[in-house]
Amino acid sequence: MIPAPAFLANPERFMAFSRWAAPALGVIAVVLALVGLWLGWSAPPDYQQGETVRIMFIHVPAAIMAMFVYACLGVASFLALVYRHVLADCAAQSAAVLGTGFTGLALVTGSLWGRPMWGAWWVWDARLTSVLVLFLFYVAYLSLRASIDDETKGSRAAAILALVGLINLPIVHFSVYWWNSLHQGSSMFTPGALAPVYAWPLYVMLLAYLAGFGSLWLVRIRGEVWRRRAEAAALRAARG
Amino acid sequence: MSRLGALIRRETTLAWGRGGGPLVTVGFYAGVATLLPLAIGPERERLAAVATGAAWVALALASLLSLERLFERDYEDGALDLMTLSETPLELTSAVKCLGQWIATGAPLALAAPVAAIGLGASAALAPLIFACALLGGLAFAFVGGIGAALSLGARRGGLLTAVIVLPLFTPPVIFGGGALDAMASGLPWQAAFALLAAYTAAAVALGPLAMAAACRNALS
Repeated sequence: MIPAPAFLANPERFMAFSRWAAPALGVIAVVLALVGLWLGWSAPPDYQQGETVRIMFIHVPAAIMAMFVYACLGVASFLALVYRHVLADCAAQSAAVLGTGFTGLALVTGSLWGRPMWGAWWVWDARLTSVLVLFLFYVAYLSLRASIDDETKGSRAAAILALVGLINLPIVHFSVYWWNSLHQGSSMFTPGALAPVYAWPLYVMLLAYLAGFGSLWLVRIRGEVWRRRAEAAALRAARG
Repeated sequence: MSRLGALIRRETTLAWGRGGGPLVTVGFYAGVATLLPLAIGPERERLAAVATGAAWVALALASLLSLERLFERDYEDGALDLMTLSETPLELTSAVKCLGQWIATGAPLALAAPVAAIGLGASAALAPLIFACALLGGLAFAFVGGIGAALSLGARRGGLLTAVIVLPLFTPPVIFGGGALDAMASGLPWQAAFALLAAYTAAAVALGPLAMAAACRNALS
């Protein structure tokens, strides 16, 4: 197994680790977000986009997280499916909810940015469409999970779907690109493409999003573990 | 081999016979194709612009219809349990099921698709390509749809759930098929899009059964 999940695979160790890691990451996320927002706010308005360029600091990290969280969901689902590990299943479930949130945020902020820039709330361009399909993947995952009563079966079925989606997403991405492209290409990691005055707040915000996701993910996994423990305790009590 | 032959015969007969089979699917397809001009308006130019695309989307929707019964029926009456116990691997059984589905609904739809597209105003010269795309795309729709059908076994509101799972997975074949038809309609080379559609279909036929078998085993465990 990958070393980090192997270390955290022990539930006791995980609970002890996440007990302080979750709040610590949360504090880091808040500090980084404050710094990033301050940097973003004090950056000069873009010569072409004006003040709306600041939407980028919210939108771009959200879009990156949308994909990153799906990768986390895929890895967690794989571990849950192959090793039948309960914690990995909790992690997959928690990642899906958060990923839906990030994808929704990316879509909404993108739409708000598109209105002043392109003159339309929505255009059927490649990137927008592939993020929309990603959102539908998340929705499908959550609805499959929600509609199977047997929790073990539901989680395994959802894990299979997550892996099918993991194979499919690059194909969807590629096919949608082949179909059309209007959205500008990614310039975030191309040296010189983005002025430092915009690049720095963007990087700080990305780190803030990552830390925030880490914190919320741990909190949600902890909550899920407690819920399952409570359920098991209730079953034991009912049996007498 | 004879076991496989019997399986193919069984699946095709079931898909063809029970629950209307091709009649229901083609009827649905004709219904959607009829509602479309009523919503868009009867002007010839306007309809002709969307004819192939509309026919193609309606095809994707129509192939969702009978998916619910693909595994559900055998799951409920216990036949799926027996299939798991048989010597034929479940992967192969799933593939045969999808093949039966394709013969019973995909092939009749492929015959209906050019009629619908020409009725909506597409050029008659497109008919062979529409037929080929529908035949090939139908195979992809059946195998990808089978994944959704197997995953939603034992779920509440299985049919609706299957559609929610499968529709995002239909994105690439819809793009490639629509792209090939659109390219030919505007006089551009369509071979690239058609080859991509064929590649997607091949991948779905090769990998889909693995996911279906895993999902069936999970539902039966």
